Parts: sequence; structure tokens; C-alpha cells
Amino acid sequence: MTNQRTIITISLANVVFASLPFFLNTYWVDVLNSIGIYSILALSLNLIVGHAGLFNLGHAAFYAIGAYTAAILNTGYGIPILALLPACGFTAGVFAVLIARPIIHLRGDYLCIVTIGVGEIVRIALINDVFGVTGGANGIFGIARPSLFGFSVRSPQHFFYYIWTFAGITVCLFHLLENSRFGRALNYLREDEVAAEGSGVDTAHYKLAAFVVGAVWAGMAGNIYASKMTIISPESFTFWESVLMFAIVILGGSGSIPGMLLGAFLIVGLPELFREFANARMLVFGAAMIAMMIFRTQGILPAKQRRYSLPESSGEESGTG
Amino acid sequence: MSLLSLKRLTKNFGGLTAVNNVSFDVEPGAIVGLIGPNGAGKTTVFNLITGIYAPDQGEILFAGKSLVRLRTHRIIAMGIARTFQTIRLFQNLTVLENVLAGCHCQMKGGVVASLLHTPLQRREERKAIVGAMSILSFVGLHREAQQVAKNLSYGNQRLLEIARALATRPKLLILDEPAGGMNEQETGRLVTLIRKMRDQGITILLIEHDMSLVMKVCEQIVVLEYGSKIAEGPPEAIKQDPRVIEAYLGTDSDW
Repeated sequence: MTNQRTIITISLANVVFASLPFFLNTYWVDVLNSIGIYSILALSLNLIVGHAGLFNLGHAAFYAIGAYTAAILNTGYGIPILALLPACGFTAGVFAVLIARPIIHLRGDYLCIVTIGVGEIVRIALINDVFGVTGGANGIFGIARPSLFGFSVRSPQHFFYYIWTFAGITVCLFHLLENSRFGRALNYLREDEVAAEGSGVDTAHYKLAAFVVGAVWAGMAGNIYASKMTIISPESFTFWESVLMFAIVILGGSGSIPGMLLGAFLIVGLPELFREFANARMLVFGAAMIAMMIFRTQGILPAKQRRYSLPESSGEESGTG
Repeated sequence: MSLLSLKRLTKNFGGLTAVNNVSFDVEPGAIVGLIGPNGAGKTTVFNLITGIYAPDQGEILFAGKSLVRLRTHRIIAMGIARTFQTIRLFQNLTVLENVLAGCHCQMKGGVVASLLHTPLQRREERKAIVGAMSILSFVGLHREAQQVAKNLSYGNQRLLEIARALATRPKLLILDEPAGGMNEQETGRLVTLIRKMRDQGITILLIEHDMSLVMKVCEQIVVLEYGSKIAEGPPEAIKQDPRVIEAYLGTDSDW
């Protein structure tokens, strides 16, 4: 059974991966934690860019909203950071509704430019200390660590399990989402918007929904980031962050969950591996990206066709019912 | 009551009047042809019916309800389905997924149901796949269900568009040049299919350049020229109408 073999392979890979913190030093565990957060961000952006085909170069804005929601409510009102996970998703989601609704009808490159603008507006608003709660350029410090039943998540090793558990849950949920009416509707949008609307799909609704679900997850990733760093500032949410997430999606393979994980490993992990090359590493990195886009436009691990188990009697002639 | 009724429909694009004061009715269970020289405004009429454009003047009634200014997916859900003049399939998705797009408006599962695959969602999904497969057998594409749509032959891509439209469970099916690019054999099968769909109770409105096909399957024909209706009637009357002959002279003499 190929299916059984896949399950065994995945389980084994998970066990090996989960044991990594016992063999790696703190520095590399921390690198894996970064990769984990970028994986979650890439998975969320993948819904928007990979599945719905909407170019979003401002994803860091949703990430920032989540992180600042966590920081402000935790430091200001003492609400436990873990309990704020849904709130962070919620604020990022509401923000997505507000900004995406007026721009959702824009196509391709136009939407892309506007999202860049949104990302920058959020960053600059944070620097300018809007509403007097963001702490300006210095940001917010003293954010609490997550704790559950008296156990506090502190060391990078603890965070490794926290972050990757969240990433694992995200992978499972998004896998189900992909293989559903919702996931298909996003693909119809990407393939041909006119045909999608003409087949009875409410395209405006699904574009917005893609943005909102993606933003909710990025907001929760922001919460995790805030609790991991205990200090956040606008510097962490620059345009470059959005570009990194976008690059992971495109390089890894649009619409493919394994692609997002691999992409995060390559784009976040490789520069760490090649630290000794110092400045040359960005050159190599850039060259690799260019080569990829020329020789493998669909990404490293492109999305596979969905397979459906068909009903037995599918070969017979029958009416439309 | 007519199933579809266009009343004094007008649409301007800048200075050009693409559709000028056009009225006609489509009776339930009929096969109606909309013909006319290139640029006569046939596809514009289709786009007005399906809400891609809003008319400048006039009214469109479907089963007594106005369609004007409704969004396309709402019109589809009301029971009007269409195919496109240039094939607009979801090229990189499978044949089955293309048909499931048509099933979309018959289904309900939202984000949460889709994230969690609730029992209700799974039942709905199975039902949709069974329905989609029976429609694929109906048009004769069930063997290709798991193939990528772009790998189908041209004629089969046309059939797939019809299958996708049928999946919305339409009362009225609008076909925009369904025989375009088909060979004689494929056209023959298309004629059979159109009649079969009508026998299932689906009313059909079609644009077609293949005059032998139009004359063979349509019971009523509406002729447009320069955006205006110049004739309407059964095929025999249309063939003899002097204005129609004038409009077509030299271009289509094979009918």
C-alpha cells in the first residue's frame, strides 16, 4: 500500500525531526525555530499567492498586526500570551477585511503594488506610534513567554516544540482546506476568474476569504514571534520580510505544502549554513533564485494534481439527474 | 410565461451601439439560435444576460425575475449556465475538478467545514463527485475524469465546458459557438448532445456560425445585424427572409 508507506515515511521523518534539538546546539535550534515561523507564514501566504493567485507583497503587515496585538494586550493588560493567539488572528483578519475589500478587484500587478503600499503604511504607522500604543521605533519590550498549565516555554528547545507543533497543525488543517470546496474555489480564481464567476463561484467573496484566512494565520505567527523574541519593533516587519515570504512561496512551489516547508528551509536556513562566505552568500542566493526561475518556473516541489476516489459505477451511462 | 425574456435591450460601448433595442423571448424547452454576421452583437447579448455587462437600457427577465445588475454567480445560481466562445477551462486542473466548479453553487461547505472536513462536508463532497461523474458520463468524458483539462482534444474541451455548465443544474443553457473548431464527426455528436439536454428539460440558447447545425437543431432563430434584431422565426422562414439573405450574402451561401 503506497498510502501506508507514505504515512510511515512521514511519521519517521517527524520522529527524526522532533529529536533534532537533542543533537543540535542552541544556535541551530534557534535557526530551526526561525524556519518554523517562516514556514507558518509561507503556508498562510500560499493560500493567497499560491492557491488564489493574488499577488501579495505586503504579508508582513498581517504578521505585524498579530505581533503588536499580542505585545500591546500582553504588556498593557497582562493577558497571557497564549490566550491571545485567537485575538491576534482576529485583529489581523479584521485588518485584512478592511484593507482587502476596496482593493480586491484589482488584478495582478496592480494588486501587488497596492499590497506593497499597505505593508509600508503599517510599518511607518508603527514607527510613528499610532494611537500611542506601539512604542514607536523602539517597539515594545517585556512580552511574556507562553505558559501552559504552569509550564513556561522559555529555551529555544521549548520553542522548537511549540513552533513546530503549531506548524504541524497548520500543515494538517491547510491540507484539508486544499482538498475541499474552499480550496478548489481558490484554484478556480487563479486559473480563470471570468470562468470561475461564470460557473457560479462568488469570486469577490473567495478573494477576500483567501486574504482573511491567510492574514489570520500570519497574525497568529506574529503572536508566536512576539513571545519568542519578548521584544518587537517595526524593524522586524519590513518590506524585506514580505519579499522573503513571497520568495519562499514561489521558490518552494506555489500551492504546494511540502514546497512551503522546503522553501522555508532553503531561504531561511541556507544563508545560515553559508555564513562563512559572508557577503558572497547573498550573491549565491540571488544567483540560485534566478537560476530557479529560469529552469524550474513551477518551483522546487510543485503542487500535485488532486486525486479523487471515484464512485464505482462511474463507467455507466446515466442522466444528469 | 417565457423562461427568458429580453425587452428593448441596449448596450453602448463608447460611441458604438453593440446591442440596439433588442427584444426576444425564449420559451421553456425550446432550442433557440442567435445568429448574425461577425460583430453583430451576439456575444454581447450573452454577456448582458449573464451579468458580465449591465445593459444601458432595457430589461432581462428570467422566469419573471429581473437579472439586471445581478452579479454573474447569482445569475448562475438562479439557473442560467453558459459556455464561452473561446474555451475558458481551468486548464491546469483535472476534468473532474472543472465539473466540480459547476457543482460549487449547489454546495454549502464554508471555510470552517473545509478546514475540519466535518462529516457533513464529506458527505456533500462525495455527493458532488458522484454528480459530477454522472454528468461526465452524460457528455462521454468519464474516462478522462482524472486527466488535466489542457490535455484534452479541442472537441473534448468544448464538451467539458458544457459538462461544467450542466453541473450548475441550469434551466437555461447558453452555448456560445459550441461547434467552433469541431470536425464534422464531433459536430454530429454535439447535435445529439444538444437534443439530449433538451430532452432532460433544459432550454437551450445558442450562438453558432455553422449554419447547417443551426438549421438542424434550432426551432426558433433570432438574427442580429449591427446590434439590431432583423428577423425572428422558425428556420424555414429565416432561410427565405430577404433581409437575412442580404446580411449574409457572399459570406455564408452554403445554407
